[in-house]
Amino acid sequence: MKHPSRCSCPGPIPPPSCGTVSRKDIPMRFPTLYMLAAGLLMLLSSAAFAEPPTVKPPAGTRAENPVAPEGIEVPKPPFSEGIFPCTSCHDGKSMKPNLKRRELTDMHTDIVLNHGPASRWCLDCHDANSRDSLHLASGEKVPFTASYLLCGQCHGDKLRDWRVGVHGKRTGHWNGEKQYLLCVHCHNPHSPRFKPLKPMAPPTPPEQIQLRKGGVR
Amino acid sequence: MTDPKPTMPPESCGGSSCGTRREFLGAATAAMAAALTGCGTLSKEEFLQRNFRELSKQEVLDVIARLEKEYKAKYGKDVKVANTPAIPGVIFGYALDLSRCIGCRRCVHACVKENNQSRDPEVQWIRVLQMDKEEGVNLQHADQYYNPEEVPQEGHFYMPVQCQQCKKPPCTKVCPVGATWREKDGIVVVDYNWCIGCRYCMAACPYGARHFNWGEPNLPADQVNTNTHYLGNRPRPKGVVEKCTFCIQRTRNGQYPACVEICPTGSRKFGNLLDKDSEIRYVLENKRVFKFKEDLNTQPNFFYFYGV
Repeated sequence: MKHPSRCSCPGPIPPPSCGTVSRKDIPMRFPTLYMLAAGLLMLLSSAAFAEPPTVKPPAGTRAENPVAPEGIEVPKPPFSEGIFPCTSCHDGKSMKPNLKRRELTDMHTDIVLNHGPASRWCLDCHDANSRDSLHLASGEKVPFTASYLLCGQCHGDKLRDWRVGVHGKRTGHWNGEKQYLLCVHCHNPHSPRFKPLKPMAPPTPPEQIQLRKGGVR
Repeated sequence: MTDPKPTMPPESCGGSSCGTRREFLGAATAAMAAALTGCGTLSKEEFLQRNFRELSKQEVLDVIARLEKEYKAKYGKDVKVANTPAIPGVIFGYALDLSRCIGCRRCVHACVKENNQSRDPEVQWIRVLQMDKEEGVNLQHADQYYNPEEVPQEGHFYMPVQCQQCKKPPCTKVCPVGATWREKDGIVVVDYNWCIGCRYCMAACPYGARHFNWGEPNLPADQVNTNTHYLGNRPRPKGVVEKCTFCIQRTRNGQYPACVEICPTGSRKFGNLLDKDSEIRYVLENKRVFKFKEDLNTQPNFFYFYGV
């Protein structure tokens, strides 16, 4: 849906944008780390974000929502009914983790993986030993409430825009507290393309407008 | 539907016993006023009400009290008519991501609900144009009546158009009675009680953003949004022009407009242009942005951008 004549997508890796990120009060050591770090994946490990950038304005505290490590307040991840915690089945005792890359046939057959290279599979993101969390490519564990860090490993430009409130939906107050959504609230992580919607009713075409009794003057 | 001739003597019959010549004349004047305006239900106060910008604080309160009473009688609900002024140091800006909008029209209908538009005859402040990707932003290839099973459709993109809240609004320039103007926070508003319904503003607006109440607005009582603003979404009478006000009743209280809150793709961005940390400023400084019909020098505070 991009305008055809303007097709200069920014690359998925955002190093030149450090300046734009730091304008949102990210501590100064963040760009430094950026330059020193060996690669993007290292950067996105939580160590790089140990001092979280504050989303302006600082999110309030609402008890019912888990607070992600960064201080960006997000609602609960949209788990399927009864699926979480994963450790209720994957407790590491009754079932030994099978680390072999394969197509699942017994369970989770409803999940269609249509995300990136065909070789991708469950344990690239889900952690085999700690099933209730995800992991980054570095091995760093990430809770489901901070899954945007995982997504941001590849989609760095989107993560950057999301942090400043430009990618994704915001609700609340333009000059006060805003509510953020996780990536997975709009994009199914297993098949992330935004799903088409049925459009709501179109306006009445002029030829179908009925003159009502009494008419219009 | 106010007759713009405040020279009529403010006389009326004091009671049922119109005996004297003076009282008779008063009653005759009132009857004539009713005949002239074509609106028998017009109260004397409404008839004699001046332009909103000329009213004193007390007069504004009186007008609001009268309106709230009228709405209560009409809809059986306590409709709150606010008069929240512009916030100092704020100029509202809006940006819409054309690379994300899928044309689902959620915004159109959320706007109707929030802003008490007439349901029948249908008045909608947002028009979503389906355009060909081949053609780009080209109004010759725009369709607002598209209705497929699913959007987005292959080969198309979608461009919602609403009031662009211009810095140089041609609509306010042509109003012969000064019933529409640009507020300090950049919102172009209409005083529905002062509008004479000449529709010059509609002819002047290059965006088709103004809409006329050709018939008596039909707003079911159970669907009335009771949080209203005098210059915004309070129920309108027949014969006046109305338009998007960036949800003045919400945004002047810090909330996002209704269209921003409903958009399922997050295509709509809103904020204070004077706040360098706002989302809108980030968009303007970092994205590819254009103004619609920029060549007309209307200088919109509404921007379109490509987020990807």
